[in-house]
Amino acid sequence: MDTFLWIVRVGAIILLIWGVAGTVVQGLSGRGPTGEAWRDLVVAGIAQGAMYGLIALGYSMVYGVLGFINFAHGEVFMSGGMVGFFVANYLWEVGLWETNFVLAILLVLLSSILTSTLVAVIVERIAYRPLRASPRLIPLITSIGISFFLQYTFAGLFGVAVKNYPPPPDSLRSRISLLGLEIEGSKLLVIVVAVATMVGLYLFVEKTRTGRSIRAVAEDKEIAALMGIDVNRTIVATFAVGGAMAGVAGTLWALLFRGVSFITGFLPGIKAFTAAVLGGIGNLPGAMAGGVLLGLFEGVGPQLVLAGFGIPGVSQLKDVVAFTALVLVLIFKPTGLFGERLSAEDRA
Amino acid sequence: MLEIGGLHKSFGGVHALAGVDLRVDEGEVVSVIGPNGAGKTSFFNVVTGLYPPDGGDIMFEGRSIVGLESSEITEAGIARTFQNVRLFLNMTVLENVMVAQHCRTRAGAFRAVLRTPFLRREEAEIEARAKEILAFFGTRLVGYRFDQPALSLSYANRRRLEIARAMATRPKLLLLDEPVAGMNPRETAELTGLIRKLRDERGLTVVVIEHDMRVVRDVSDRVIVLDHGTKIAEGSYDEVSSDEAVIEAYLGRPAEVG
Repeated sequence: MDTFLWIVRVGAIILLIWGVAGTVVQGLSGRGPTGEAWRDLVVAGIAQGAMYGLIALGYSMVYGVLGFINFAHGEVFMSGGMVGFFVANYLWEVGLWETNFVLAILLVLLSSILTSTLVAVIVERIAYRPLRASPRLIPLITSIGISFFLQYTFAGLFGVAVKNYPPPPDSLRSRISLLGLEIEGSKLLVIVVAVATMVGLYLFVEKTRTGRSIRAVAEDKEIAALMGIDVNRTIVATFAVGGAMAGVAGTLWALLFRGVSFITGFLPGIKAFTAAVLGGIGNLPGAMAGGVLLGLFEGVGPQLVLAGFGIPGVSQLKDVVAFTALVLVLIFKPTGLFGERLSAEDRA
Repeated sequence: MLEIGGLHKSFGGVHALAGVDLRVDEGEVVSVIGPNGAGKTSFFNVVTGLYPPDGGDIMFEGRSIVGLESSEITEAGIARTFQNVRLFLNMTVLENVMVAQHCRTRAGAFRAVLRTPFLRREEAEIEARAKEILAFFGTRLVGYRFDQPALSLSYANRRRLEIARAMATRPKLLLLDEPVAGMNPRETAELTGLIRKLRDERGLTVVVIEHDMRVVRDVSDRVIVLDHGTKIAEGSYDEVSSDEAVIEAYLGRPAEVG
């Protein structure tokens, strides 16, 4: 058993080196992408990864507190992006989108955050709280059900067509020079907003009383209750904060890709879950870092590794790379890159 | 202060508590002793709301607390520690004591996000009180220890921190489950003194489950003996230690002479 694992590990490393070497050879002979193309891949990867990181936080926080994966979290993210679209569209029609983009995008962000927070809290109240005492598998399966329920509710309410946000102003589409790097405006904005939100969350969890309660409940619900902490309220706060992060991600998604549909939450949701596992489930800085890393793997990986094997059209294989990265990380470090944070009952 | 009548609790046919009656008066230090499996810890678990009782009544300050949530019982003024210390190990020493004060402070989530001046003041008070409580244990849990994770503490210090955390909920009644288990004689003597100080200086009523008879002798105003889920004796340490039922429960019936 152990030898087999080692064969897989060594094989993975050989394939990885082989692919990278192939790409390097191509690059030296002048057939590979240019330096600018590499830079764009890296920036796009980080921007998308930062968005994954925001969603991943929701998975990790709920796992930390309740010990199950809330697979409906991708739909929490989608619902924010979807409602944000209607707000953006309205602002576009009344002209505010063009005259005052900053105010408009703030309103969109606010509506997205509110929607996602609300959806997350309602799902907790209706679907998960009644199952609090059941075995972990039961809320897990329920979350998959809720995921489909939300997807098709949105499809039924708003149709299945992809809805495109109004185009962002030219300033966001042009490149901004930062430290000698020319970065696309919208990607820079996404990275800045995501990082600011993550720092905010980190301070919230580490420094505020609600954050302290969340950590206490995550470690031991029984003791937290005995210390006078209202466990139900703390769990609601956890879902609300995770939902708010997903709401921010909903607007960032719109800035990056413009299009949202009822199915938008599925793949980013699964990727963010991957990112949370990558960073170590339950570990919040790990989830953030896991998101950014996954985005980078996905952005750069196809060109860096797969192209070296001479595979055509590698950029379409980014999902393969993302999930392969997950498998590889788990083969080498089963607790994730930065280690799991488990509750007292899980540790026992 | 605490009045218990006919308390029953069974786990699948085992009667952990088979009709216990007892009372604890304000300002007393009461020890609960008894052989293993006598129902001492079950008694704590039922009083603090971890398990609902099957029958009987628990009155705290004239109000029934049966059926209340653990957090509500804590708010009413009862706090406890555990035989197998249960701290928030990933949190720092200071945070463990701060988090236990949440039920006594008012700031909600919205204020926490907005960081109002009221909240800042309250946070500062919580922190100051936490440090003051930790100073109760001398220099063992102060200074650089404040920001260390509870995980890094020695066993004896974990026991002390757990008492500090219970004190932080501002209880009137403190339930200590084997507070000196695993401590060396010097540490035991020190903690014995502290238990008395809890009553004398802090005005707490204390109920202690303890196996170390020297501690029981030194701290208790009154001793209650449980065996097989019932109270078999009650009185001063000297009365109880010469009680025949108690000796029999601990040592067994003397062999027939013959």
